[in-house]
Amino acid sequence: MSVRAQFATLPDGRRHFHDGPIDLILEASGPLAARAYDAAATRFATILDELCLELPRLRAASGGRPEGVVARRMADAVAPFAESRFLTPMAAVAGAVAEEALAAMTEAAPLTRAYVNNGGDIALHLAPGASFAIGLVARPDRLALFGRARITADDAARGVATSGWRGRSFSLGVADAVTVIAHTASLADAAATLIANAVDLPGHPAIRRAPACSRDPQSDLGQRLVTLAVGSLSGDEIARALASGAREAELWLGRGLIEAAALSLGGRTRLVAADAAPYTLAAPPLSTESRYALG
Amino acid sequence: MSETDDKIRCDACPVMCYIRPGMTGACDRYANEGGLLVRVDPHVLLDRTLAEGGRVAAFAGASETWSGDIVGGPRHFVTAIGAGTTYPDYKPAPFIVSSQVEGVDMVTVVTEGIYSYCGVKLKIDTDRHLGPECALVRAEGEPVGHITTGEYGSQMLSLGGVNHLTHGGKKEGRVTCQALLDLCNGKPVELSVDGGATVVVEAGKPPIVNGQLEQRMRVGCGSATIGMFARQWFGKVDEVVVVDDHITGVLSEHQAGKLLGARETGIRMKGRRSTPGRYFHVAEPGTGWGGANISDPLEIVAGFNPKHAWPGLTMLMVSTTGEQHAFYRLNAELKPIQEELPESLRVSVERVTENCEPALCSVLFMAGAGGSLRAGVTENPVRLTRSVRAALTTVTAGGAPVYVWPGGGITFMVDVTLLPRNAFGYVPTPAIVAPIEFTMRLDDYAALGGHVEEVRPLAEVLAQREARATNVFVDGVVARSGATK
Repeated sequence: MSVRAQFATLPDGRRHFHDGPIDLILEASGPLAARAYDAAATRFATILDELCLELPRLRAASGGRPEGVVARRMADAVAPFAESRFLTPMAAVAGAVAEEALAAMTEAAPLTRAYVNNGGDIALHLAPGASFAIGLVARPDRLALFGRARITADDAARGVATSGWRGRSFSLGVADAVTVIAHTASLADAAATLIANAVDLPGHPAIRRAPACSRDPQSDLGQRLVTLAVGSLSGDEIARALASGAREAELWLGRGLIEAAALSLGGRTRLVAADAAPYTLAAPPLSTESRYALG
Repeated sequence: MSETDDKIRCDACPVMCYIRPGMTGACDRYANEGGLLVRVDPHVLLDRTLAEGGRVAAFAGASETWSGDIVGGPRHFVTAIGAGTTYPDYKPAPFIVSSQVEGVDMVTVVTEGIYSYCGVKLKIDTDRHLGPECALVRAEGEPVGHITTGEYGSQMLSLGGVNHLTHGGKKEGRVTCQALLDLCNGKPVELSVDGGATVVVEAGKPPIVNGQLEQRMRVGCGSATIGMFARQWFGKVDEVVVVDDHITGVLSEHQAGKLLGARETGIRMKGRRSTPGRYFHVAEPGTGWGGANISDPLEIVAGFNPKHAWPGLTMLMVSTTGEQHAFYRLNAELKPIQEELPESLRVSVERVTENCEPALCSVLFMAGAGGSLRAGVTENPVRLTRSVRAALTTVTAGGAPVYVWPGGGITFMVDVTLLPRNAFGYVPTPAIVAPIEFTMRLDDYAALGGHVEEVRPLAEVLAQREARATNVFVDGVVARSGATK
């Protein structure tokens, strides 16, 4: 078994699992939660090794169907998007790992509520009557909420994911954050990546970009330009970039791949959802002449 | 990779990232700094107020009211909790932090040790017989340790160690690891002793022996109790027997009684007389009176010699904790007949109880910082050992003081109740992950071959900690981090 994987109990009882680049925060509610945590730990211990066996395939936009359970979750999640967009299974890795750990927990014990948070990409379990309050955060360095959502057991959504250029993974766009709520965490993960990419102002001089491979030699994005920094944008520009992202979100919403997307850029927000009731977004008024300094 | 640029390949995990200079790998934990692989991730900074049962900083942020200030006051102690580690530790320890303490440049090297060589020493305050010495102690039916010496008012157990963790069956190792982890993290663990009792042990709490909560620790052995209370008993009762599985005391024969001029009573005790008034082995060990297997104290009295005894002679029998007591008067046939305890003696019995301290379980975590862990601190591991020996380097565990054993290596013990809750973790190897910090003067650190190039000012660590929000989630509040991929 892996000697790298580490398992810790946080002071409030949640668990923190760590292995290589993966950090999971898990919480399970129910009388047999301990059994669920054990099952998740056992499952988690081999996940990274399994993924690494197939890394070349997972970093490629096409190829045979992968073998591993998590790898298949990744490939299945990106497949409906990849028909019309460049996307490798890696776009869903965080969500897929979260799903897998959650599945281990819910198979091991009946739980009233549980989640696995993989760096902001979250798989949820809700027994009838249960709900989660979700807070949306635009910038990792400022823990202010730009919106809230409530997911109940009656909703179809069981996954939440956030993407943006400020995050640890590369983005082709300029969104501070795009949070997507979808049926599964891996779908949300893939969709958030695409929608964040679409929040963009192509050719804008204030946006600094570089080929992905110049930063990470093994990036699945190859020579594609990824965002390194975003300078000052006018209110109009922010609105235009958000509108571009919102069109992308509406496309996937229309195809039933996502439930909702909340887009955040420069303090402005956009919500794309079939039913806006469960969501509240803070959208401060922005006059056209005020410029929002970013980065 | 045949390219000639100066990217390096990280071997900390199977992702095996190629990392360009100034960049981090996929994990954000390892970076290429001038061609060297270094560890850069944030870790737990514990301030002393948090240590009083508060939450630990790394994942505590995130409440909506959180100001973003995790640093606050100046009393930050950098602990190894959450520092992470690799094994073997051929890389520098995750955090080597310098700060100014009393004007001296201090360096604290923090890491989380993965200890296959570790265990816990339990001190269980009870007179009840938990089991014969050397008997196996089990958790969930698996052997996890053994009964060791009986000490004053308490029974010692030794659990874990490399033999149970790695040399036994797979289940044995896993169960041992879990029992150690729970004990270290302050959780109750039920242990059963082969041929003995079942005991629930929880650090800082009274033991529960065979379902019975232990209240008191004995004031002394039976003989000592006679010595302590002889003056209070003399003149109020003709004979006192303090029932004790180890050393039962008899007032009239005991030196203390003799000095007071106590009259011979002709009592004949079972067991083996050690010295006058002190009896060994009056019964078998058990969970009854005074840790013996008796519920009727008269079982240990063989009779009274008619040459010395007399009808009407009074006798008090009391256990070493005063929890059990009985008062007797000899009838015409010199048979003891129980009567109600006279008021004049009740006070003395209560005083025995009053002088017994609350019974508790103590859990000491014991582990050896092996060569590879020490290598994370210095390029020359043995010098760290020597530095600790010379008292130039202070060892702490999660900020708690430790006792370092004399002799080779750095083998230490720490009271688990002094660490923040849940400071211990495990790896499925199985082994326990525990924090350890080495603090020394910067110049001493340099002298012992320390990774001086890795030293980072405390302020920098704190600043970096602030700049990185990692996973945070409070009742469903998601903060994004930039994790994974």
